[in-house]
Amino acid sequence: MVLAAPESCETLIIGAGMSGLAAGIRLAQYDHDVVVLDRHSLWGGLNSFYKKAGKPFDVGLHALTNFVPKGTRGRPLTRILRQLRIPYEALQLGQQWGSESAFPDVKLAFSNDFELLRSEVATKFPAEIDGFDRLSRYLADYPDLPSGGELVMARPRLREYLRDERLIDLLLLPILYYGSPTPDDIEWSSFVVLWKSLYEEGFAKPRGGVRTILSLLRNRYRELGGRLCMNQGVAAILHRAGRAVGVRLDDGREIRCERILSSAGFVETMALCGSEWEERFPAQTHAGRMTFVECISVLDRPVTDLGHDQTITFFNTSERLAYRPPAAPYDTASGVICCPDHYEDQDEGCGPALRLTLRAHPEAWFEMTPEQYAAQKEAAWRDGHAAILPFAPDIRPHTTFVDTFTPRTIAHFTGHTFGVVYGSPQKHPEGLTPLSQLFLCGTDQGFLGIVGAMLSGIAMANRHALGAASPA
Amino acid sequence: MTKEDIVLAIKDIIATIAPDEETGGLTMTEPLRDQIELDSMDFLDIVMELRKRYGVVVPEEDYGELATLQSCADYLAPHMADKELKIGV
Repeated sequence: MVLAAPESCETLIIGAGMSGLAAGIRLAQYDHDVVVLDRHSLWGGLNSFYKKAGKPFDVGLHALTNFVPKGTRGRPLTRILRQLRIPYEALQLGQQWGSESAFPDVKLAFSNDFELLRSEVATKFPAEIDGFDRLSRYLADYPDLPSGGELVMARPRLREYLRDERLIDLLLLPILYYGSPTPDDIEWSSFVVLWKSLYEEGFAKPRGGVRTILSLLRNRYRELGGRLCMNQGVAAILHRAGRAVGVRLDDGREIRCERILSSAGFVETMALCGSEWEERFPAQTHAGRMTFVECISVLDRPVTDLGHDQTITFFNTSERLAYRPPAAPYDTASGVICCPDHYEDQDEGCGPALRLTLRAHPEAWFEMTPEQYAAQKEAAWRDGHAAILPFAPDIRPHTTFVDTFTPRTIAHFTGHTFGVVYGSPQKHPEGLTPLSQLFLCGTDQGFLGIVGAMLSGIAMANRHALGAASPA
Repeated sequence: MTKEDIVLAIKDIIATIAPDEETGGLTMTEPLRDQIELDSMDFLDIVMELRKRYGVVVPEEDYGELATLQSCADYLAPHMADKELKIGV
């Protein structure tokens, strides 16, 4: 059912991704007149789903990070479920089998039991275990809230605890791949958020993948009376005297509203406010540049039959960590191998599959002819799967179907400049913009992962529309 | 609503927003946040539910008045005297 956009509403939310839908639920729960708009026919944004060759595929979601068991108090996963009034069981979470951060000569295994990571460090870096314990005790009490303002980077702070740069690289590799908009390092508060969500908590996957979560969100939003309008892109944010007053849609119609929550990203949202604002925050200097290409290979047999039982392998083929935009369209020096079936209690999905994520050039994919584009996608799959042989089996002879998404695909579905995945290095945890009544949620808030995205939507709805005194 | 009814109303709201918490054993005078897990987001929900169910608007500067069941009852009594208890909404 496609709803036509109304002429006016109280709160208008741009983007039907995890953050926008979560914000919408909060507002609809309290009888706000709320509308969620999305340019596309499918909700989910960066975390969406599609069918190709009759098979269901997920985009974005490798893992739901922040896994904690039912009843765990005060953690992001249980807090969002309470705020959205979604029962824990409804997510149907299956825990990961086990993951690893792998360099050519050394790897660290980790799982949803922090003790595994600790014992790996103790065995492989015995001289560092005291520093590691000091670090993990310090982080256990550190608040996992994003911060804005001056960028304090993680590496110099980690050196206060750890001397071996290889160990720092091993610990950073998964963290950078799951949330850093910055080359080779990450801002400290984001590091803490990710440390907790990846290492202290862990990975799980809903049975049915991202669809399960998105259906819960969409159904809850609709049953509360929220309006979801698909195929309604926002062409411009209308403002008067420094205050947002509505939007103009792609088809020229206008919607008036009292406030806007935009999940489009900071630079992208300001660009919607007109050239004056676009020039003040130019994409070339303010947007992030970290983006990825991902090849999803469907196989003729389970990956376990080929001798690989990891859930997620973060790999780096050289001595030192390589996490920066590549000079070529893609780079195989590091990346992520994800086996979506390697979680407990999963359904069949698209069949046995393996996903390979590589860093991508932020601009090159947009400039290719259709022939070049197809050839580069094919090359990324071929070269990528050759490069990961030290870390994963050769799936190429067993591959029956490949689908690849690129920065161009991401830009198409998210509207993010350069198809960036983790937004801009500069975060806006308060959700404020230079215009009054225009607030951010989701991208560029500094909350990470899909749990973080939902938390961001909830916190911003509470704060800027429901009048909460303090942030999340 | 009597003060006893207001206590029932608050307990019912807590049961709605925090279904995993046991409200039966809550004491009148200890701070709610010392007895069960209620963060600032949950606390906002108590205020929002009071508004939604009973039309009572608690201004931000008065949030502190909702710290215990007893202080809730005392503070809300004049505002809710003419309201009817709604349970399990």
